[in-house]
Amino acid sequence: MTVSQTSLGSHEPVLEIKDLTVKYRGDTRSTTAVDRVSFSIGAGEIFGLAGESGCGKSTIANAIMRLLRDPAEIAGGSIRFGGRDVLALGKEELRRFRWQDVAMVFQSAMNSLNPVMTIGDQIVDIFTTHAGYSRKESLRRAAELLELVRIDPARLKSYPHQLSGGMRQRAVIAMAVALKPSLLILDEPTTALDVVVQQEIMAQIKDLQHQLGFSVLFITHDMSLMVELSHRMAVMYGGRIVETAKSRDIHTAPRHPYTQALMGAFPPLTGPRVPLTGLADGVKFSNIADLREAAPGHFVAPLPEAQAAVLQGAQS
Amino acid sequence: MKEHSEAPALEVRGLVKDFHSGGLFSRAAVRALGGVDLSIGRGEIVALVGESGSGKSTLARCIARLERPTAGQILLDGTDVLKRDRFQASRQYRAQVQMVFQDPFGSLNPVHRIEHFLSRSLTLHGKAGTPDQLRTRLDELMTTVGLTPDMLNSYPHELSGGQRQRVAIARALAVEPEVILADEPTSMLDVSVRIGILNLLRGLRDQKGISMLYITHDLASARYLADRIAVMFAGELVEEGESLDLLANPAHPYTRLLVSAVPDPARTGSYDPTERAALRAAVMEPTSCAYDGDPQQRCSTAEPVRHQVGDPAHRHWVRCHLYRPPAAAAGHALATEPLEKVVSA
Repeated sequence: MTVSQTSLGSHEPVLEIKDLTVKYRGDTRSTTAVDRVSFSIGAGEIFGLAGESGCGKSTIANAIMRLLRDPAEIAGGSIRFGGRDVLALGKEELRRFRWQDVAMVFQSAMNSLNPVMTIGDQIVDIFTTHAGYSRKESLRRAAELLELVRIDPARLKSYPHQLSGGMRQRAVIAMAVALKPSLLILDEPTTALDVVVQQEIMAQIKDLQHQLGFSVLFITHDMSLMVELSHRMAVMYGGRIVETAKSRDIHTAPRHPYTQALMGAFPPLTGPRVPLTGLADGVKFSNIADLREAAPGHFVAPLPEAQAAVLQGAQS
Repeated sequence: MKEHSEAPALEVRGLVKDFHSGGLFSRAAVRALGGVDLSIGRGEIVALVGESGSGKSTLARCIARLERPTAGQILLDGTDVLKRDRFQASRQYRAQVQMVFQDPFGSLNPVHRIEHFLSRSLTLHGKAGTPDQLRTRLDELMTTVGLTPDMLNSYPHELSGGQRQRVAIARALAVEPEVILADEPTSMLDVSVRIGILNLLRGLRDQKGISMLYITHDLASARYLADRIAVMFAGELVEEGESLDLLANPAHPYTRLLVSAVPDPARTGSYDPTERAALRAAVMEPTSCAYDGDPQQRCSTAEPVRHQVGDPAHRHWVRCHLYRPPAAAAGHALATEPLEKVVSA
């Protein structure tokens, strides 16, 4: 069975992306950053997009949020959220769509807080602007939110610089879920943080997800973290999805050589020390084919014979 | 390959570094390193792990003589280099100890070709020889780090992050150093090329017998590359041991916390969340021990003693009052601890 870059969705997808193509237009030539990518995220599902810098994973997140600006443009495909066409939303609809339906936490989100406003004022802002609550009611809810991410509500009066990086990141996550969105996009939420803090933030997100039941699109290059957190994942290379399956399946039996290289880039913490190779220098994949179902629910882009042979040579 | 001898290639004894804070006349200081003892054997790779702010980079910068230690000794081949050249490193020292930095985008001047960085090192240290010899040497260096000699004519921006870090390593190698200090050499690189850099460093140790201090916050890569791991917490080493043994049997609460925080899908039996919370509470502030200052705890009144953990062959020790050795080894403190630090229980 050949599926055009499609992944196995659950029966009622919250987000459905079909053949999404994003181009960055230049004067003389244009670059295709995302090339006919399709996937869907079910209700309450944590879906991971893995890949290295420049593979197009953040471009997809920005496309979903309709944040792409010139020279980037959506050249084809569709993004549907809860049955609605995201690409056709008007200005006012878009404003409600962002934050109420879909919220996003950026990579260095802790630096996105306004340094001259207290945390409290910034959270109150969300409620008064998007939900129309009174200031008093908003403050009460802001305190609740901070408690949800285990920050002392007394911190409402703190300025961002008075909080540690981890606390700021948690505050931003609290703000993201303030209006109970049904999808939370996390774009490398912990790369700038220490490993202990990272673990805490991830546990927090899992916890919130459990309590509030939203779906998550989780973007990272850290395969170990992704396999631990997400239910299903897709691996991207050069704007294409090369493999998608349940995270456990990708962890135990990665099929595409690029996925294997990515998995091999993270040495294990247990077991004997075995030499790893990573991706051999200079190995490039091109003309990535449409996904094929290699095992139930496990889709892989088949490798052209010539490329497989070259790869064999480079590895040995 | 250099022959193996008992004397360590590099040894640090009681290294203290205070950073002054406040105004010009302020006497306030932050203690970044509180008396660190560490040795690196010949041809040995030691990893220094800890969170940001734990002082691991400060230690490397002190050893590289980029910072002036407040007190302590740095012994290279048995000579105290801080006494020999008091104010700054001699060229001789630089030829023996080289550093590779975290950011290969910032450590190579963008206006020069790759050839410049390498030939400058060679010329400064009198290893250039005739133009022909220099050319051969440059080609050799490039091949050693897995690059092709034609890249000598490239500018840094034409190379990928991984290739640039290889150039930085080649530059360190140009002077034929005994010790390389690598400060997070892979953390800025794309994940698929990181293993390549680690393999390169290991190969240099295997083929040239270069000793290395590998500084990282990534326990998995430390385990992959290093023979021994030293764990730094609040400016002090709290645990050290043979890599596999240390990560399999972490004894200090901070090490246990670090190990439990690393995502590892292959881990069998995940850590108990309540234990993790307790560990976190114990070492909440990354700059000081939670038990320090609590009159109920001995940490406030006495320096902890080194305890040997497990088989002596693993050279695994821990410094923590909370450590309770198994009954068989109870009360067995290592003799390496300076006498004045040992307190009677």
